[in-house]
Amino acid sequence: MLKLFIPCDSLARAVGADEVATALTREAQLRGLPLELQRTSSRGLYWLEPMLEVESANGRLGFGPVTCADVPSLLDALTAGSNEHPRALGLVEDIAYLKSQQRLLFARAGITRPLSLDDYLAHAGFKGLEQSIKMDGADVVAAVLDSGLRGRGGAAFPAGIKWRTVRDAQAVQKYIVCNADEGDSGTFADRMLMEGDPFLLIEGMTIAGLAVGASKGYIYVRSEYPDAINTLNNALEIARQAGYLGTDICASAQPFDIEVRVGAGAYICGEETALLESLEGKRGTVRPKPPLPALEGLFGLPTLVHNVLTLTSVPVIMARGAQYYRDFGMGRSLGTMPFQLAGNVRYGGLVERAFGLSLRELIEGYGGGTASGLPLKAAQVGGPLGAWIPPAHFDTPLDYEALAGIGAMLGHGGVVVADESLNMAQMARFALQFCAEESCGKCTPCRIGSTRGVEVVERLIASTAPAAREEQAQLLWDLCDTLQYGSLCALGGMTSYPVSSALKHFPADFGMATTEATQ
Amino acid sequence: MPDEALHLPLINRILALEKDTPGSLLPILHAIQQGAGYIPSIAVPEIAQALNLSKAEVQGVISFYHDFRTTPPAQHILRLCQAESCQSMGSGLLAAQLKERLSLNESGDSADARVSLQTVYCLGACACSPAMEIDGRLHARLTPERLDDLVNRCLEGQAC
Repeated sequence: MLKLFIPCDSLARAVGADEVATALTREAQLRGLPLELQRTSSRGLYWLEPMLEVESANGRLGFGPVTCADVPSLLDALTAGSNEHPRALGLVEDIAYLKSQQRLLFARAGITRPLSLDDYLAHAGFKGLEQSIKMDGADVVAAVLDSGLRGRGGAAFPAGIKWRTVRDAQAVQKYIVCNADEGDSGTFADRMLMEGDPFLLIEGMTIAGLAVGASKGYIYVRSEYPDAINTLNNALEIARQAGYLGTDICASAQPFDIEVRVGAGAYICGEETALLESLEGKRGTVRPKPPLPALEGLFGLPTLVHNVLTLTSVPVIMARGAQYYRDFGMGRSLGTMPFQLAGNVRYGGLVERAFGLSLRELIEGYGGGTASGLPLKAAQVGGPLGAWIPPAHFDTPLDYEALAGIGAMLGHGGVVVADESLNMAQMARFALQFCAEESCGKCTPCRIGSTRGVEVVERLIASTAPAAREEQAQLLWDLCDTLQYGSLCALGGMTSYPVSSALKHFPADFGMATTEATQ
Repeated sequence: MPDEALHLPLINRILALEKDTPGSLLPILHAIQQGAGYIPSIAVPEIAQALNLSKAEVQGVISFYHDFRTTPPAQHILRLCQAESCQSMGSGLLAAQLKERLSLNESGDSADARVSLQTVYCLGACACSPAMEIDGRLHARLTPERLDDLVNRCLEGQAC
């Protein structure tokens, strides 16, 4: 019997995976052909979606991107025992894009069914939790510290130090909060994991809860991810039934449970203190720090707040050891990072690699250049608050410190590619406009500076006299400085990155003379 | 304007269920909007009473979050992404196309309240930009032709 796999990932569905699955089932029925069709997670090779995989003696064979019109000829080929087809990709594991990756977090991507606990267990699931339960909490914290894992949400703070702070805090109740408010343009790794491997997040949060002494966890998911919300809720119920959540985790006599909370379309709630306010049922305004959330977080109690990617890194660290994990990466950026290739790129998708590969390898090697075929102009790394980096800097390794060295940041690992048709002055204006729209209003540079910034960019673009242009450009530099150093959180503070990088590297788009600093 | 008192049983049912949950205001507002299509103004004093908040606090939360509506929704809601990834793939042109084709006003609404075009920033579909959600269903790799086709099907009442 033919055994087929098609992703149920929301982006695969957005480009027709459901229709292809239905067409395959219908066509097979018409032909009286027995068929098993499994809906798995996505490999993250998105330019090939909808991607069909077929079980064979040598491994899974891939076909993509498949349309409904391809279905009859595909079934013809498969029933004839032939792999010859215009959409054939050969063995999936041998696709260079995938083969060269180092998938630790995404080890199961495209292979397992998201809500099958059996699939999860058959692919090393809950091994990290099993290991942790046998250990003292302090040793688990020590392992996380040793692994070199840093917060993947953007701030890159050493995770183990946070864990130790929460563990050492004395309180009747502590919390684990997963920040799944993945609002950055160009990022989708959190979504993929929540939709595709929800038990991994549950496992990571449970390990954290047991290690720091928290009995309750929240996953704060953005409302733009309805599939992730449904999958997580279903997975939580399955995990409870199986004893992985509840009052007695895996017969350890320790309690831990998780609740999903849904955001409401506010980008600022991806900032950890605004997220906590939102979880408490308030406006998502930023809290000044200190106090640190690790000591006074949700409802004023010690709270471990981590991004999805940080928490899902934990099971592999516990299952295979801190040393195994830290052997990936370079310098102070250890482990692997799921980079996300997006925007005007030929081969968009997920690339999990150890830190240290260059932007060029990522964008030109994996990404294959622009989708439009026009010359590549810049890449925005790290979401809407990240810098626009020109190709001249593409040899920079993807590592927290190296990127900081060129006035950029890695953020959540999203890379948006742009071709020469994208006007950088407009993108600078957009960054400020976005900040004005999403500012929580707590601090002045962000609340007012963003609006003034939009006006300055508009005046700059409209200026005809070089002196007037120069004056507005100087104002914009000053404003970037005020935003960067005078804002309470990263929204205001880092809105300066896309603006100043655009002005620095692409002055011509602002009508300015090109200087030596360019390119 | 519909009689908002019709929504009271729903509101009270949700409040009875959720009011003792810690930090329950967002789940309550989501549940009301899901049931009624929007947050009727009559809900504000009811929520304030149940959660021991001032009406201003409840109003403040409703107005803070982009998702919450205080008027009934249009029949069809189009949410077009305008974040950087989609912009780099021409989403600005798609917005202009929709506005012209559906005769939408500045805020993106059609005069007959049939369609509302909203701007969102990132639907997580960035590897296949541009993307849009039509009545809750995500579509990616949009082209002007595909967009036209999807909107036609949506307006004709077919599954979209």
